[in-house]
Amino acid sequence: MIQQERMKVVRQKQIADDIFELTLIGQLTLEMKQPGQFVHIRVEDGYEPSLRRPISIAEIDHDAMQFKMIYRAGGKGTKILSTKKAGDEVDVLGPLGNGFPVEEAAPGETALLVGGGIGVPPLYELSKRLNECGIKTIHVLGFQAANNVFYENQFKELGDTYIVTADGSAGTKGFVTDLLAEKNPNFDLFYSCGPMPMLGALEKAYPEKKGFLSFEERMGCGIGACFACVCDTTDGDYKKVCSDGPVFPRGVVAL
Amino acid sequence: MSNRLKVELPGLSLKNPIMPASGCFGFGQEYANLYDLNKLGSIMIKAATLEKRRGNPTPRVAETSAGMLNAIGLQNPGLEHILQHELPWLEQFDLPIIANVAGTETADYVEVAKEISKAPNVHALELNISCPNVKCGGIQFGTDPQTAKELTAAVKAVSSVPVYVKLSPNVTSIVDIAKAVEEGGADGITMINTLVGMRLHEKTGKPVIANGTGGLSGPAIKPVAIRMVYEVSQAVNIPIIGMGGISNVDDVIDFLSAGASAVAVGTANFVDHFVCPTIIEQLPAKLDELGYDNITQVIGRSHR
Repeated sequence: MIQQERMKVVRQKQIADDIFELTLIGQLTLEMKQPGQFVHIRVEDGYEPSLRRPISIAEIDHDAMQFKMIYRAGGKGTKILSTKKAGDEVDVLGPLGNGFPVEEAAPGETALLVGGGIGVPPLYELSKRLNECGIKTIHVLGFQAANNVFYENQFKELGDTYIVTADGSAGTKGFVTDLLAEKNPNFDLFYSCGPMPMLGALEKAYPEKKGFLSFEERMGCGIGACFACVCDTTDGDYKKVCSDGPVFPRGVVAL
Repeated sequence: MSNRLKVELPGLSLKNPIMPASGCFGFGQEYANLYDLNKLGSIMIKAATLEKRRGNPTPRVAETSAGMLNAIGLQNPGLEHILQHELPWLEQFDLPIIANVAGTETADYVEVAKEISKAPNVHALELNISCPNVKCGGIQFGTDPQTAKELTAAVKAVSSVPVYVKLSPNVTSIVDIAKAVEEGGADGITMINTLVGMRLHEKTGKPVIANGTGGLSGPAIKPVAIRMVYEVSQAVNIPIIGMGGISNVDDVIDFLSAGASAVAVGTANFVDHFVCPTIIEQLPAKLDELGYDNITQVIGRSHR
């Protein structure tokens, strides 16, 4: 069930340029069921900034009642969030949305996980869950440059991991699809989170494969009431990214 | 003790004067997952149009200082769907529903008003002549007194329930429009809708919102709304449901003091999803603090 809670900061760590890893503790963690769900964060009690920030969940630890978010401190709100220290409180609404269906992969199968930039974090909890279920994971993670790369080692512990950067300063130069074309990995289904063009390119590259894509859109309420974050679907209708998604099976959203 | 928060308005017997504003609460389903909707005084449901509307392209919202811009474009499933699904679902609650009615021409408004006012739980209509985000209809009906009056009369003639008219602040004289809709037979006024605004992208210099302009809401617009409620409440003899930037119990007191008889909470629902029940819970203590037995004593006190 969706809850609103003032959660305590356990740890805040900068893990790459502008990229922070924030660990929060509280009851709300116990409601988190699926990788790929998100939380809606109010960074200050006042009106600046005036709206919440949707941030994906990167790792869930039910036993410790803690979860991790990895976010880019790019705007006003996330910059304020990045100043929170251990012991500070953060107003969290969540968990929200429908995440990645782990059960769509069968034990023994191989899942390809493709992330772009700040779309990488939700793939971490997903990969952990898939591995726990006996599914092999291959990770292809795209970043702008070497100083933006994060969680390379964490992903490596879970399966083959390829880093791609736009400027070639780490891993392979180019787009994730360039690397995929070159390596031509063997897999049964794919999961992805990242910018729209990347999701579109993936759908195109693997027309026969089962796949699940996580989308991003500017949000208002985060629960499906305000119709800010709608996207067009291939059947001519629409979906709300926050409450119908953010994860959709391939082919649902018009790319 | 009798209910200190009870307010009686045309068609609406409200257990408290707090309701979510139209467009900020959908048809209630999402918030029903968070709290018991029976706590609310009413719900102003999302605008209904005759046909299903897809709304505007995204981005549809942009954050601003102490507020936000939106240009949703009246997206809704259409009258028939709302009559078949959303309104019957709401019947499980003890809530007098206020149905927001929108259209692109008089005939649409009339048709929607006629049909939706027959729904058993719709106790009042909110005539939307002030949406700034659609190309046809909406605000064009709300900026000319004569047009506003004629539309009000046309809707009033077919509605089975009292008609409240939602006014736009994007006019030279909101008092003139208010008087006109009163002459047209309006039972009440709801005010204010959003103020037309724009935000430019810091890198590209282009509007952030795909529609270009959007409606500004949130705490930033509260002083404008208060001023307008203050003026209109002295110029007309029909009650006002006030709105515009309400986010806490003190804001509610301000609107009632200015002359509103009830209030609607909009944007604040996106920030504190429990803001409506929180305000309702805090109101009795606020009345004690101000020395009033009853919330109706606060209404219009700025004029006394």
